[in-house]
Amino acid sequence: MEERIIIAGFGGQGVMAMGQLITYSGMIEGKKVSWLPSYGPEMRGGTANCNVIISTEPVGSPVVVEASTAIVLNKPSLDKFESAVVPGGKLFINSSLIDRKSTRDDIDVYYVPATEIANELGNPRVANMVMLGAYLEVSNTVEVESILEAFGKVFGESKAHLLPLNKEALEKGMETVKQVQTDTV
Amino acid sequence: MAKVLMKGNEAVGAAAIEAGCRFFFGYPITPQNEIPEYMSRELPKVGGMFVQAESEIAAINMVYGAAGAGARVMTSSSSPGISLKQEGISYLAGAELPCVIVNMMRGGPGLGGIQPSQTDYFQATRGGGNGDYRVLVLAPSDVQELVDLVIEGFDLADEYRNPVMILGDGMIGQMMEPVEFKEREKRELPPKDWATTGTNGKRKPNIINSLYLNAEDLEKHNTYLQNKYNKMREKEVRVESYNVEDADVVISAYGTTARIAKTAISKLEKEGYKVGLIRPISLFPYPYDEFNKIKDDCKGVLTVEMNTGQMLDDVRIALNGRVPTYFYGRTGGMVPTPEEIVNKVKEIYGGAK
Repeated sequence: MEERIIIAGFGGQGVMAMGQLITYSGMIEGKKVSWLPSYGPEMRGGTANCNVIISTEPVGSPVVVEASTAIVLNKPSLDKFESAVVPGGKLFINSSLIDRKSTRDDIDVYYVPATEIANELGNPRVANMVMLGAYLEVSNTVEVESILEAFGKVFGESKAHLLPLNKEALEKGMETVKQVQTDTV
Repeated sequence: MAKVLMKGNEAVGAAAIEAGCRFFFGYPITPQNEIPEYMSRELPKVGGMFVQAESEIAAINMVYGAAGAGARVMTSSSSPGISLKQEGISYLAGAELPCVIVNMMRGGPGLGGIQPSQTDYFQATRGGGNGDYRVLVLAPSDVQELVDLVIEGFDLADEYRNPVMILGDGMIGQMMEPVEFKEREKRELPPKDWATTGTNGKRKPNIINSLYLNAEDLEKHNTYLQNKYNKMREKEVRVESYNVEDADVVISAYGTTARIAKTAISKLEKEGYKVGLIRPISLFPYPYDEFNKIKDDCKGVLTVEMNTGQMLDDVRIALNGRVPTYFYGRTGGMVPTPEEIVNKVKEIYGGAK
């Protein structure tokens, strides 16, 4: 098993933290993992992305070129990474901020109104957790319990009070993806 | 101790403190800023000292001072900053002072860019500054190995009284991987009876110096240094190799590029190609002998680097014309993809498996 994920969005949408949560969870579950961020001037106000690999084998190149999954939180990220998903792979689109559909017909595409759901929960900053919930429900790469355990490691004790809200956002994402229409091959 | 997920740069800091490093002098530069950030936060907690110097040149000379007083000390930078430190590194080598220097390489020349590169191989392995000296150069390819080599690097520096350079790149500095700080055996190290720790009026002052105005004395000093480097060549070669004896094509790569080569090799093996790997871990001393294991009818050795062909020289020295050599590199911060390496290997095969 090797899951190669690209997570992308605006700086500030929490794409780096999402990647770290999945990576930490994979480590907790005894898998081989790596997390590689984009770094550079493009992070300030522009797009940010990270590459995550969760594997049963030692991780070779940490750079994700042929992604088995892409999770995109804004339109520039969809434009940039839509083509990086391998045929048969998965694409998760934050449909609250992205007004176009995917042009791929050889992958599974999931439209999740993550920002709207996060706003309903009272905090737009948990849109990343909604997307993460949707991803976990579909992929089963790591267990939700591991994500909750990883939360404290990634965000530290000072953010522990935010765990219930984040857990709710995760669960909303999981529910939503069960309901939304999927465009399947 | 349980595994933790750490960024390469933070892991450098944690490893250094674990190794007993209590002094850090540096000047910020991307993509290694998490190292000074970590040290500034963590060193005071263990009674250490962090100084953000006014320049790289000041920082390396602070290293000279702390090392001369017998302390475990580290500095870190990235390519243009390491260039600025070269005068100090030459002085450290000349005065035989132990320290660890980390270079998280970025694209050049000049200020270049901030994305990963391996363009400082020549500078690192051939001395870098003036005066016919060498530093021990270690090139980790994952974050755990980075931790292990930083910790061992402090011991090696003390054992040989010589600067040790950890040669990484922006990718290993920025990426996160699980690391474990294992219990380690304590190495027997020579006492630092040469350090300037105060005489208490009981002995002659120790002098830390690299100036020898008498040519005979300086030649003697040089011969002594070269003997030390020869001892490193005998004892400190580190290399990982895979399937070298049997391979039709052998890839040689170090650091993060070797990881990309491994992905390429597993793709090629699925298609029936027999490809080996030589991954030098110590770049000085270089694992020349490992290349003797390559069979005479090997189609070629492909060196892959994030530069335009530097380690290639050492591969050619090792092979001495016995087997053809090829090169594939990306530069400027571009990272080679496994597919590009796969295609190059297939080209060397010439179509016939």
